[in-house]
Amino acid sequence: MITAARNYLVFLRRCARVAFVGDWRYYSWMGVLTVIILLGLNAYAKQFAHGLIVTGMSDEVSWGVYIANFTFLVGVAAAAVMMVIPVYIYDNEELHDLVIFGELLAVAAIIMCLMFVTVDLGRPDRFWHLIPGLGQMNFPASMLSWDVIVLNGYLLLNVHICGYLLYCRYQNRKPTKWFYIPFVFSAIIWAVSIHTVTAFLYVGLGGRPFWNASIVGPRFLASAFTAGPAIIILALQIIRSTTHYRITDKALLTLRGIVQVSMIINVFLLVCEVFKEFYSGNLHVASAKYLFLGLHGHHALVPWIWSAITFNLIAMVLLVLPVSRGLRYLNVACVLSIVGIWIEKGMGLVIPGFIPTPLGAIVEYTPSLNETLVCFGIWAFGLLCYTIFLRMSVPILQGRLSKANEGISEPGPNDVVAETSVTSHS
Amino acid sequence: MLATGLAAVAASLKPLFEMEDITSAQQFMQKYYKELTPEDMAKVLQRIEGEVEKEYGVRPHVRDLRPMDGVEFVYALNLSRCIGCRKCVHACVAENNQSRSPEIQYIRVLKMPHGTFDLEKGDHNYASEQVPEKGFFYMPVQCQQCHNPPCVKVCPVNATWQETDGITVIDYNWCIGCRYCEAACPYWARRFNFTKPSIPAERLNPNMSYLGNRPRSQGVMEKCHFCVQRTRAGRYPACLEVCPTGSRKFGNILDPNSEISQILRTKRVFMQLKEDIGTNPRFFYYFDV
Ligand code: SF4
Ligand code: SF4
Repeated sequence: MITAARNYLVFLRRCARVAFVGDWRYYSWMGVLTVIILLGLNAYAKQFAHGLIVTGMSDEVSWGVYIANFTFLVGVAAAAVMMVIPVYIYDNEELHDLVIFGELLAVAAIIMCLMFVTVDLGRPDRFWHLIPGLGQMNFPASMLSWDVIVLNGYLLLNVHICGYLLYCRYQNRKPTKWFYIPFVFSAIIWAVSIHTVTAFLYVGLGGRPFWNASIVGPRFLASAFTAGPAIIILALQIIRSTTHYRITDKALLTLRGIVQVSMIINVFLLVCEVFKEFYSGNLHVASAKYLFLGLHGHHALVPWIWSAITFNLIAMVLLVLPVSRGLRYLNVACVLSIVGIWIEKGMGLVIPGFIPTPLGAIVEYTPSLNETLVCFGIWAFGLLCYTIFLRMSVPILQGRLSKANEGISEPGPNDVVAETSVTSHS
Repeated sequence: MLATGLAAVAASLKPLFEMEDITSAQQFMQKYYKELTPEDMAKVLQRIEGEVEKEYGVRPHVRDLRPMDGVEFVYALNLSRCIGCRKCVHACVAENNQSRSPEIQYIRVLKMPHGTFDLEKGDHNYASEQVPEKGFFYMPVQCQQCHNPPCVKVCPVNATWQETDGITVIDYNWCIGCRYCEAACPYWARRFNFTKPSIPAERLNPNMSYLGNRPRSQGVMEKCHFCVQRTRAGRYPACLEVCPTGSRKFGNILDPNSEISQILRTKRVFMQLKEDIGTNPRFFYYFDV
């Protein structure tokens, strides 16, 4: 028992130490992220002291870009399952060793989600009112309490799965199946639930016709399964070029298939939504009109949503054509889908729900500089976390950081030399 | 390296020193309204009186007025009479210690063209010299004290709930400021304190109640509560008293002889706003016919 604990501590210490070594590219990347994080922290300190008045939000548009980012990132986190399903259900070999990168992305995304919700609170000091037992949780009535549960649950599931598999690899032993397979399957269902619950957060509001539509849930899933794997495609290529980790083009193309289908479904659902809103022409169309065409001379969101739609359409065409079997076009398509969906899920879903207000007033919203800095800070923090996770896990997966080489100096980012000597130990 | 790191973090946290409203340990630890024993409540009320006195130099009288048995409050507003003078808006601000800067108002009066109930046609910011204007009617909107309030359903921490007399209240010391209720309310009745409210000390109304008009802090939600500090002590709401045309009627619907019961029995046309979404408001609009 005690040796087990000691071993685990050594493992953690070595992982932590690895996070601090790297080449100049690693240091400058981390340095830039740290500067942005500090700027964000500074902006948040201002908000903490003076209140949410430093944001662009108002009683009319009472949620803004914080909740928009939150919504988008829930999707990214949920999309990790799109790698898990092929591997664990269809035994896809190519993706097998890469799933963990998707799961780590989910962990980083959930951390960002939780931060975005926290910075949106007027009284973050009272967060403990949410903790069951200590405070009062309005469960099951409030969708927000559901969201708190499913997000934290999903975080724990993924932390457990990644941590356990990595530690096994570090010790060079086979993971015990019943100790992680049940969790993997729960995580698959759970991933769908985090996104559905987040969609229900909006769908459940009868006083907001723009959100109160059953199509919002399916659209959430479709867009998440587009943007999430698109991010993973890009991330895998970065890992491949910076670490010599073996990632085949075939694996990337498997993910391309997922992005392709999801994007087609996403665009189809968009068409359904637009038809329903505009063809029937009842009074509830105001928000959609504001979003797509502008309302009574107010059209702040119009350029955004049309860029989003253009991006999505170009991405869809690229993804359908064989050109995107080549990485260059695939990457263009991925970037376009990510940006397009970010706009659509963020600005395009959250903001127009508030415009016009339930009493018919039109008040527009633009994020303030301070609010934007906080967002950048959180994104930088998320990227920093993900970078560190990768920095630790890649050497472990390559066998360069393992129990066998305890005591030997920590592996640098690129030295593959150690690899052969380590595998011979097993 | 570690030292520079810590210094950078400390520097970025500097704005925290500009904070005006620092949460005290007692405020931080304060329990949920429904879990406070009478002794706890007495202490809390005293503490709040002290806090208000320290800030405004006026010793208020803060009570925790509970709903009365056999009472359910209902409001009715005569649209044929309302002239849109907005006296109710300002009486409400004065009575309920709403922030003057930034401005918070619970009542919004819509100037509506004759012949429509489409709220989008309403003008929120009319600044006419003379009211009423020809061709328009005026419709004040405030919290409708729904029978089936979406704001209560969505609150993740039960900081807002409906009391037995029909009034939906907020525990300002329990709200976490997520603004979900504000998104959920179909009548745009909720107001959020985006910063520390400011009220001139000489304008402070010292007759306060815990769930009513005591001063709020930064980052919490508030809204119309039918003037609990008055109505639970047998008085009329401030907006009703100030109305020069007598358009506003208020009372106990459970008492068949009350004026409000009579109005709802005899008026041939009355309506609830957005009846179709099933909130079933305790606020009725009626016409003289
Ligand atoms: S009008 Fe709005 S704030 Fe008032 S009870 Fe109904 S939902 Fe709640
Ligand atoms: S803002 Fe306050 S009262 Fe409203 S839902 Fe959030 S915690 Fe509840």
